[in-house]
Amino acid sequence: MLKRLDRIKAQALTNLESINDPAALQAWKVKYLGRSAELAEVLQDLPKASKEERPQIGRRANEVKNALVAAYEEQANTLHKKALAQSLVQEHLDVTLPGRPRLKGRLHPATQTLRQLFRIWAEMGFQIYHSREVETDEYNFGLLNMPAYHPARDMWDTFYTTRSGIILRTQTSPGQIHVMRERAPEPIRVILPGMCYRYEQISARSEIQFNQIEGLAIGHNITFADLKGTLMAFASRFFSQNAATRFRASHFPFTEPSAEMDVECFICGGEGCSVCKDTGWLEILGCGMVHPLVLQNGGYDPEEFSGFAFGMGPERMTMLKRQIHDIRYFWRNDLRFLEQF
Amino acid sequence: MKVPLSWLKDFVEIDLPIEELAKRLTLAGLEVEEIKYIGLPMPKDSSQMKSSGLPWDREKFVIAEILEVMPHPNADRLVLVRLSDGKTEEIALTGAPNLFQFKGKGPLDKPLKVAYARQGARLYDGHKPGWILTTLKRTKIRGIESRSMVCSEKELGISEECEGIIVFDDDTPVGLPLVDFIGDAVFDIAITPNIARNANILGVAREVAALTGKKLKPPSYKVPWEGAPIKGRASVEIREPNLNPRFILGLIEDIEVKPSPYWVQLRLRLAGMRPINNIVDATNYAMLEIGEPLHAFDYDILCQRAGGKPPTIITRLPEPDERLTTLDEVERSLDEFSVLVADTAGALSIAGVMGGTETEVNQQTRNVLLEGAAWNFINIRQTIAAQKLSSEAAYRFSRGIHPAMAERGIRQCLSLMQQLAGGTIAKGLIDNYPSPPELITITITPTDVRRCLGINLSPSEMADILRRLEFSVDVDKENVRATVPDHRLDISQGVIGKADLMEEIARIYGYDRIPETQISDIIPPQYGNPTLEREEQLRDLLVSLGLQEVITYRLTSPEREARLFVDETPPDEQAYVRLANPISNSRIVMRHSLLASVLESVEQNNRVRDQIALFEIGPIYMAYAEKALPEELLRLIITLTGRRAPACWQDGDSNQMDFYDLKGLIASMFAAMHFESVRYQSAKHPVFHPGKCADVLLDDQLVGSMGELHPLVAERYGLSAPLLAADFNLDLIFNKMPTTYITEPVPIFPPALEDLAIVVDESIPAKEIEQVILRAGRPIVTELRLFDVYRGAQIGAGRKSLAYSLVYQASDRTLTDNEVAKIRKRILKALTQELEAELRS
Repeated sequence: MLKRLDRIKAQALTNLESINDPAALQAWKVKYLGRSAELAEVLQDLPKASKEERPQIGRRANEVKNALVAAYEEQANTLHKKALAQSLVQEHLDVTLPGRPRLKGRLHPATQTLRQLFRIWAEMGFQIYHSREVETDEYNFGLLNMPAYHPARDMWDTFYTTRSGIILRTQTSPGQIHVMRERAPEPIRVILPGMCYRYEQISARSEIQFNQIEGLAIGHNITFADLKGTLMAFASRFFSQNAATRFRASHFPFTEPSAEMDVECFICGGEGCSVCKDTGWLEILGCGMVHPLVLQNGGYDPEEFSGFAFGMGPERMTMLKRQIHDIRYFWRNDLRFLEQF
Repeated sequence: MKVPLSWLKDFVEIDLPIEELAKRLTLAGLEVEEIKYIGLPMPKDSSQMKSSGLPWDREKFVIAEILEVMPHPNADRLVLVRLSDGKTEEIALTGAPNLFQFKGKGPLDKPLKVAYARQGARLYDGHKPGWILTTLKRTKIRGIESRSMVCSEKELGISEECEGIIVFDDDTPVGLPLVDFIGDAVFDIAITPNIARNANILGVAREVAALTGKKLKPPSYKVPWEGAPIKGRASVEIREPNLNPRFILGLIEDIEVKPSPYWVQLRLRLAGMRPINNIVDATNYAMLEIGEPLHAFDYDILCQRAGGKPPTIITRLPEPDERLTTLDEVERSLDEFSVLVADTAGALSIAGVMGGTETEVNQQTRNVLLEGAAWNFINIRQTIAAQKLSSEAAYRFSRGIHPAMAERGIRQCLSLMQQLAGGTIAKGLIDNYPSPPELITITITPTDVRRCLGINLSPSEMADILRRLEFSVDVDKENVRATVPDHRLDISQGVIGKADLMEEIARIYGYDRIPETQISDIIPPQYGNPTLEREEQLRDLLVSLGLQEVITYRLTSPEREARLFVDETPPDEQAYVRLANPISNSRIVMRHSLLASVLESVEQNNRVRDQIALFEIGPIYMAYAEKALPEELLRLIITLTGRRAPACWQDGDSNQMDFYDLKGLIASMFAAMHFESVRYQSAKHPVFHPGKCADVLLDDQLVGSMGELHPLVAERYGLSAPLLAADFNLDLIFNKMPTTYITEPVPIFPPALEDLAIVVDESIPAKEIEQVILRAGRPIVTELRLFDVYRGAQIGAGRKSLAYSLVYQASDRTLTDNEVAKIRKRILKALTQELEAELRS
């Protein structure tokens, strides 16, 4: 019996050496390790052996089985590696063929810029306050220090509705009054984003609807110097770390003192180009200290509270950054434009 | 407002470079939008300011005198001029019509002083439209050699005037480089409403003085009174003192109406006005110079109208149906609120806006009655809005002019008229001043400055700044008491006045000198904006599902929205927010339908794309008769159309997207929002395909509809492929959206997987089968996926087979085959009993 085992082993291993494909290997496995293999027969015949021989034969049979299993695995592994090596050589793609296109979604560029602005302002503690688009004349003008026939009303070309005293907001500033009346006398730090409307002919440079983001901070110790510091911090985040800014005196009825912040033209580096109209500066936003009358209208005592406000146009900022020359692209929604963002 | 530098220098010394001055003005709120250089060299570094201009070479452009004008031997429309630049004589050729009167008259008694350009000079072509630069070359015109020329204003880049050459005043020095004589720079300054007081040369000069620390040299306002007193020769009656707080008359007699001298014409043109004659020019010049619009009447016509008696000027509101023909030759019917200047015979002018033709100054005018007045700016604004009329006077009066300026204006103008037109000025003025504005004094302290501007200024520094702007200021320890000067109306009383003064202090101190600090206050209470957060989350979600966001116009027209309704007229139960002044008929109302807006985007992109997947989140606007303001309701539109997969060179799915593409997308959306029960219920809407439309319900509340649009609707938007759309009410969805959710542990025991195909009647909705399986298999069947639907001969007509993959999973053990078989049996029994389903063999 022991001899038979040795012969099985020797024969099996010799056969294994010459095997080159998975099918033959499988056949080998059935022949030598399967249920009806000779090795199995030996084990089945074990009870027939004498009591003395039995443990010895059993041990040897196991040794042979383990040896065959190990040899099988090794050979299987070798064959697998060989097959793989062969297929790796054969499978060669033209890597310059185009990939399978995926349908990709994107946010509208206006949303992308709004998001970026939301994020920057949120980090500076300004939360978002939503207010309506169809407004009363009172909120859009009157409470913002522009009574009827105020010359400053000329600065806004207004869409009036057929309902007396109801207009499309020309700016997000009416939201200032809404948020103040809601929160007075708490201090406030909010931004007011949203769509605004102007009575204009639609052209490459002007649109009838546009987003605006207004900012409002009200507290006990807020100064014009804080306004400058806050907006410069914003500019360094939105434009570049070293963005040069300047503050020009300007006029808005709802702020006093009022200013416009310009950022050094990042296209020409301040040298003067067509984008900055040779000035080296880009007008980015209007701002100022909240007018005492507006504070009063919002429910804050101007002797006790002060605040600043600012407003900027996300589409215009996107146009500057991405060198878009036609503002009509935004609401025209041509995918050939939108897909560039 | 166009401001020539030379004119500014009449009132303030300027030693800053031109560009530096422009920059300082800009920073102080007088934005210099452009500098036009007149002959002066342009700075090499022209950055930081938009500028234009033509530099005049000192050698090549000089002042010369024409000694004789001679006929051209071969051309009637040309003349030869013999001229001298003080050293040599030259012959030049010109076709200037204003020289023809001197042709062939021999040597001139009074030589004409002209702008003379020599060979090589760079100048504009005066005969071609636009601004074309040329170099003056030696040439022969009709046999006569020419190498120099006498120039028009256009050729020099001064104005568009090209009819005739410039003829300077007689005292002009010959031989002087032209640039030294009239070289200039003109600032174009944007005047915001709060600095309307600066819409004149003196106003800008005052700002320059304040900004540079130089002394302002205002006019003396002295008048050479030489004539008989005006008293008794005219009178004034003010019937509406609120609308007309002050009215002054002056009289100048024996004047000669003729063109103004060149220096007046030049200044008017540089400031953007056209010279008319010396009398009208004097009123315009005085207005440009100090800011008070004035009006000149022919005194003799007024006397005639008064029946030979001294005229009475009456300011009043119009009579019913009163009419007036204004200087622009328009006969106007007057609005009942527009204040008028009239006499006893009727209206003379629309006060502060425009005069009438009848009493205007003409070539025969000998005596001029001059009006200087103050008007209520709101009334002027109402008038110009109603009459759709504007003028330089109305521009200024509609922004508010202090009544004190009326007297200054009239004095300045009378002196100038006398200078330009001769004559004598009647002594004194008729001054009716019923309603002087209140004198405003405001007290501020260094604490106010620190609180507002964040800088420390001493009372004397504050006082110095305000004095530079002509405030009169008393300082009493910390208190700075400032009285507003009588050329401005923009400073209020009290706490608003304080803010007004802060702005003045900040402007003159310099915004650039104010430091940058961070807010020292604590962060206010945080409220967040949950709706917006949900909205932004949803945007991200939809983008992750492959949709492109669009943002469309919120203004549309009812006709555009009606495109959605094929067979019936659109439901019209709610009113639109309608514009009173639309820019076009296609943008006339605020939209009712976001779907209509988004479909327009689909329509547009359909031409360039074979696969479109868009969404928009935005408001619609519903007006109600009983509410002043409309409701702004948040909507979501999703649309899909075209190929299922983008075209590819291999294995592309070129099938058109259908209802189930949209449904899968929506199901993913609601799943990601953690809604547990979303129901789709077959529905009919006019916009949708009658058999391919579902209402979507959350907790049994309708939150939107989805489906394939009616093929006729799709056709209207240019689509032949199925056009899929969903329209959701986001206010409802966000209200119902779970604010939080919890997770379940991942199973540690292996699941058993099994497929199950059943045959049911066609009428049974898939959802019911699913519910039965899940209910019967609970809690072991954890997942159910439909992988095939089959209809055909094998199972018989009116029947369908649905094949599901089931996941059997226990959380605490590995399921045995027996257990799975038992549950399977239970499921089949339920299906048979409840739905008469059969197992498909």
